[in-house]
Amino acid sequence: MSQVNRLDGGLIDRSETYSFRFDSTYHKGHKGDTLASALLANGVRLMGRSFKYHRPRGPMTAGSEEPNAIVELREGARKEPNTRATTAELYDGLRAASQNRWPSLAFDAMEINDLLSNFFAAGFYYKTFMWPAAFWEKVYEPIIRRAAGLGSLSSQDDPDDYDKGFLHCDLLIIGGGPAGLAAALTAGESGARVILCDEDFLIGGRLNFETYDVGGQSGAAWAAETVARLQTMPNVRVMPRTTVIGAFDHGIYGAVERVSDHLPVPQEGKPRQILWRITSTRAILCAGATERPIVFENNDRPGIMQASAIRAYANRWAVTPAQQVAIFTNNDDGHRTASDLVSKGVEVVSVIDTRQDALISTDYDVIAGGVIDQTWGRLGLKQIEVKMPKGGIRRIKCGALGVSGGWNPNVHLTCHQRGRPVWDEALSAFVPGGALPPGMTVAGAANGVFSTHGALNSGAETAKAALSDLGMTSKAPTLPDAEDTPVRITPFWHVKSAKRAWVDQQNDVTAKDIKLAHQENFRSVEHLKRYTTLGMATDQGKTSNVAGLAIMAEVAGKAIPEVGTTMFRPPYAPTAMGVFAGRAWGKDVRPTRLTPSHKWAEEQGAVFTESGLWLRAQWYPKAGETHWRESCDREVLQTRKSVGVCDVTSLGKIDVQGADAATFLNLVYCNGMAKIPVGKVRYGLMLREDGFVMDDGTAARLAEDHFVVTTTTANAVGVYRHMEFVRQCLCPDMDVQLISTTEAWAQFAVAGPNSRALLRKIVDPGVDLSNDAFPFMACAEVTICGGLRARLFRISFSGELAYEIAVPTRYGDALIRRLMTAGEEFDVVPYGLEALNVMRIEKGHVTANELNGTTTALNLGMGRMVSKTKDSIGSVLSERPGMNEEDALKLVGLKPVDLSNNVPAGAHLLTKGAKVTATNDQGYVTSACYSPNLGHHIALGFLKSGDSRIGEVIRLVSPLTGVDHEVEVVSAHFLDPEGERLRA
Amino acid sequence: MHDLAPLHALGGAEARIDTVAGVTLTENMGLALASVSARKGQETACRAHLGELLEGSAPEPGKTVLHDPEASFWMAPDQWMVGAPFGTHEDLAAQLKARFCETASITEQTDAWVCFDMRGDGIEAVMQLCANIDIERMQTGDAVRTVIHYMGVYVLRRDPANWLRILGSRSSAGSLHHALVTAMKAAL
Repeated sequence: MSQVNRLDGGLIDRSETYSFRFDSTYHKGHKGDTLASALLANGVRLMGRSFKYHRPRGPMTAGSEEPNAIVELREGARKEPNTRATTAELYDGLRAASQNRWPSLAFDAMEINDLLSNFFAAGFYYKTFMWPAAFWEKVYEPIIRRAAGLGSLSSQDDPDDYDKGFLHCDLLIIGGGPAGLAAALTAGESGARVILCDEDFLIGGRLNFETYDVGGQSGAAWAAETVARLQTMPNVRVMPRTTVIGAFDHGIYGAVERVSDHLPVPQEGKPRQILWRITSTRAILCAGATERPIVFENNDRPGIMQASAIRAYANRWAVTPAQQVAIFTNNDDGHRTASDLVSKGVEVVSVIDTRQDALISTDYDVIAGGVIDQTWGRLGLKQIEVKMPKGGIRRIKCGALGVSGGWNPNVHLTCHQRGRPVWDEALSAFVPGGALPPGMTVAGAANGVFSTHGALNSGAETAKAALSDLGMTSKAPTLPDAEDTPVRITPFWHVKSAKRAWVDQQNDVTAKDIKLAHQENFRSVEHLKRYTTLGMATDQGKTSNVAGLAIMAEVAGKAIPEVGTTMFRPPYAPTAMGVFAGRAWGKDVRPTRLTPSHKWAEEQGAVFTESGLWLRAQWYPKAGETHWRESCDREVLQTRKSVGVCDVTSLGKIDVQGADAATFLNLVYCNGMAKIPVGKVRYGLMLREDGFVMDDGTAARLAEDHFVVTTTTANAVGVYRHMEFVRQCLCPDMDVQLISTTEAWAQFAVAGPNSRALLRKIVDPGVDLSNDAFPFMACAEVTICGGLRARLFRISFSGELAYEIAVPTRYGDALIRRLMTAGEEFDVVPYGLEALNVMRIEKGHVTANELNGTTTALNLGMGRMVSKTKDSIGSVLSERPGMNEEDALKLVGLKPVDLSNNVPAGAHLLTKGAKVTATNDQGYVTSACYSPNLGHHIALGFLKSGDSRIGEVIRLVSPLTGVDHEVEVVSAHFLDPEGERLRA
Repeated sequence: MHDLAPLHALGGAEARIDTVAGVTLTENMGLALASVSARKGQETACRAHLGELLEGSAPEPGKTVLHDPEASFWMAPDQWMVGAPFGTHEDLAAQLKARFCETASITEQTDAWVCFDMRGDGIEAVMQLCANIDIERMQTGDAVRTVIHYMGVYVLRRDPANWLRILGSRSSAGSLHHALVTAMKAAL
C-alpha cells in the first residue's frame, strides 16, 4: 500500500504526485516532500548504514543536521554520494540509493563490524595498525577505506555547471524563521538593502513545523504571507535553498544557492549551484536551534528521532514514522510533539519524562521520572524498555520514539572567527558569546530566545539596532501575537549503561568511547574530539557535541562550561566541491590569450603550445611532414636561407615616457640606458634587488622622452609590476609614466637574408631600409601598406638580418597575410616557437631557460654589462663574494662527441671520469635542440669556470632519460659568432 | 589610405552580437582609446586640458565623464583613459598629444582592449555572476576596475543605466566573451 504513514494536512501539494525510486523499490510522494519525508510516508524507516559498525539507521532529524540518512542521489555522471535525505527535495523520477552496505541495505555483510565492536573502540586504529609499519599504506588503509561508510563517486566528469557570484547588501539575514522574517520585515520597510537567506526551499523555519497561531493564522501562513510581502520589496532579495556556509573577514559571507538540485537536470545554461560571496555591512544570524537527543542504550535504531523532527514530519509533511509513537523528554517541548501527534490521529503510546514534575496530559500516558533503558528492533524500532521511577521495567511497543533533550542554539557561524559560545544555565545550552564576527548580531532561537513571540521581537529589535549602527532610521513593523511559552527543562544527558549508547551517530561514537578517552588521559576537549572523532563528521556534531561535552564533564567531575567547546569552522553544512571550483575547471581554469595571427595560423594548420596564458604557434606542418622535427627543421633552414616570419606579440611591451624616462631606465637596467640615441635600440639586462637576473629585453628610444621597452613573454607582468614599484616607491620624484602596450601592437619578427627585401615591399616609400640608413639596432616610427602607422625595429633574436615590425593589433591578421603574399617570391615561411628556439640556441641567445631566477649576469657571460659607473637596481648586491667566485657557473655551448648523440635539457655535467654524485656536479644543461644547420644536437648550459674550459670533453649524465655520454665544451655561439649576418 | 583590413578581437570581420533573454552583448570595434598621464609638476595643466576637452572637469576616481565625441574615465592618480569614435579619432593619441603637449604622456591604447557593450534590464544579474562589484550601487557615470574570471577589466555604467561597457584585454577577448555569455545564460 502506498504512503501508509501519510497523514492529513501538511504543506505538501497533493495535487502533484511524484514517483521515485529508493534502491530497487518505487514509491510515491508529493511536491513539497523531501526524500526522507516521502520514504517515511511509505513506511521506510531504514535509510542507511552507520559509518563504522554498519548499524541500521534511519533519519534522526528533519533538516541539515542529519547524521544518519545519508544516501546517493541521482545516477550516472550526476550521482552524488553522501547526501542527506532530509534536505533532498523530492522531484518526479528521483533516483536514490542507500550507501555503505553490501549486498543490500537490509542485509549488510559488513554488519559483522558491529559484532566485533569490542575490537573497534575509540583509538583502535592507533593501537592496532602500528605494526608492521609498511602494512599501513598497502594493506590496512585500503581495507579500512573500503569498510568505512562513504558513498561511491561516479568517476565521471560532473556534467553540470557551478557558478560563483557576488552580492552586496546593508544587512544579511541568515535564516528565515520568525526572527529572520521579523528582521527582514523591519529592515526591508526601512529601505535598507537586505538579503534573506534560508537553506530550506520553503522559508519560515519552525513556523512551518508548528501548529500554533501567529496573529490569528497558522505560523506557516504568516510566514508565506511575509515572504510574499518581502518579495515585493525592490530592496529585499529573498533567497530560499541558500545555505550560508561561512562567516569570513570584512563582512563577507559564503552562501551556496542550490539552483537546480530540485530538478532532474538543470535547465539549459543554468548552474546546479552558485557559491555567492555576500559582502554585507551588517549581518543578523537567525539560524534557529537544533534539538539535541538524550543518550541511552541502542538509541540509534531506525524510528528513534528528535521529537521535534517527528513533529515537523507530522505538521509540515503530513507524515508519521510509525502509527505508534513514544516520546522521551526532559523538557516541556517534548510534550508539544505528543499533543500535535495526538491531534493528527497518531497513537502516542507514552511520554517518558525524566522529570518528576512532568506535565500531565489527558491525551496520552505520561511516565514522570522514567528513563529509556533499552530498545529492540534490528532494522527498525519495535519496542522500548522503560525504567520506571519506582523501580521495575515496563516494555512498550512502538515504531517510533521522539527524543527531546532540550535545544541548542545554532551558534556555528558566530564561531567562524574564533568566537567561543558561553553556557546559559537557564537554557542548559551554549549561546553566542565572546567576539562574534565583526558586524554580526544574533537573534531568535540562535540567541537562546525560544518562544515565537520572543523570536519575532528579537528579530525586529536586532534589525533596528543594526540599522541604527548604519545610521538608518527604522520603522518598527507591527508584529503579530504569538505564543510565548517559557523554557522548562531539567538537564538530563544520558542514561547510564554498560553497553553502547550513541552520542555521535554519524561517526559511531559512544558514551563508552568518551569515557575511554578520558581514561586514557585525553582530557582536553580538542584531544577528546580527535581521539574519538566526536563531532568530526560532515554534520560537525550538530546533534552530538553538547551531549558529548556533558558526558565528558561528568567523567571529569567538571561543569560543562569548564570542559569548553571545540571550534566550528566553515562550511556550516556539507558543500559540493564543484561549487568551490565554479566555472574554473578544464579549459576554463584560466583565460586564453591569442596572438593577432592566431586565426591565420589556425588556417595554416599550425600546432599551438601554451606560453603562459598565450597560445603560440609551435610549428606549421606542411603536407607530407609526419614529425614536428621535419617542420621545425624546414622553418629554420628556410629562414636562414631566405626569410621567415614569426608572431612575437606576446613579448611584453611597456611604454615609458617622461622627462626622466632615460634616467629611470638607467636605474632599472644594469647596463647603461641613459645615452641611447633617439632612433636606436639597446639590449638591456634587468637585475633583482638581490643581484640575480630578473629579465632581459630591449629599450627602443622613439623620442627624447619616449621609450618602448620589451620583456620576455614569461616576465611581462612581473617586469611591469617591478617597474611600477620602482617608479612609485623608489623614484616618486621622477617624471616618468608607464603603461603596458603589449596588447596594443601586433609585432612580427621578419628574419633572414631576404627580410630587408621583403619589408621593402611592405614599408611605404620614403623609409630608407639600407644598412647605412637603418643599421642593426635602429628603430623608427614608419608607415606601411599605404599609410598605416607602424613601428620598425632592427633587432634579431635569430642571429639573422632581422626586423620586428609592429602595427595596431587589429591589423595584425592582415599584416601576416600581406607578408606571406609579398614574400612568396622569396619562399617566405612562417616559423613557430620551435624554430625560434632552435635559432636562438644556435646563436647562443638566452631566454627563460637561462634566466631561471638562479643566474647572475656573470653566469650568463654578461658580467661586464653591470655598469660600475652608475647606480642600478641589483648592481651592489651582484658584487657579493659568493656570486663572483672563481669557479662560477658560466654559459657555454655543448656538442656531443659522438655527433649522433643527443644532449637532453636538464642533464648534468661532470668532469670526465667523475662518479655521478651531487658533490661532483659541475653544471647543467638549460636548452637543447637539434641544429639542422650543423646537422647534430647542440645545447646551452652552465658549467663551472665554463669560459676557460672551451674544448674540454666532459661527461653528460641524465639519469632520468638514461643518457650518459661525452660532450665537448664549445662557445655558446654556434653560428655566426662575429655577428656578421645580423649586421648585413 | 592603407589597404589592410582590420580584424575584430573575436576573430570576425563583423562585430559579434549575442542576445539572451533581452540582454544584448555587442562587440564594439568603434572605439579609439588613449591613456593620458600627467607629467610631473604638470598635473593641474593636464587636468585643465582634459576638462576643456570634456567640457567640464577631469573624471574623479571611480568616475567616467560621458561626453561626445571624447569621453574619459579615471584609471589611476593623474591618469585617465580617453575614448572617442574610432571612425573620426583613429589618431586619437596624436590628437591628444597636440592638445596636451608636454603636460601629459599620451599612449595609444585602442587595440589593447576589447570593448563589449551589454544592454538590457538584466545586466545587474549578469554582472553579479561575473565580478565582485556592487553593481546595484553603480550609477550612470561610475567606472570600476575589477576582475571577471581572472581577467582584469574596466566596467563603465553608461547612459541609460541599463548599458554597461566592459573593457578587457584584447588577446583574451574570446575568454572574456565566453565568461559574459555564459553568465548571461546562467543569470537570465
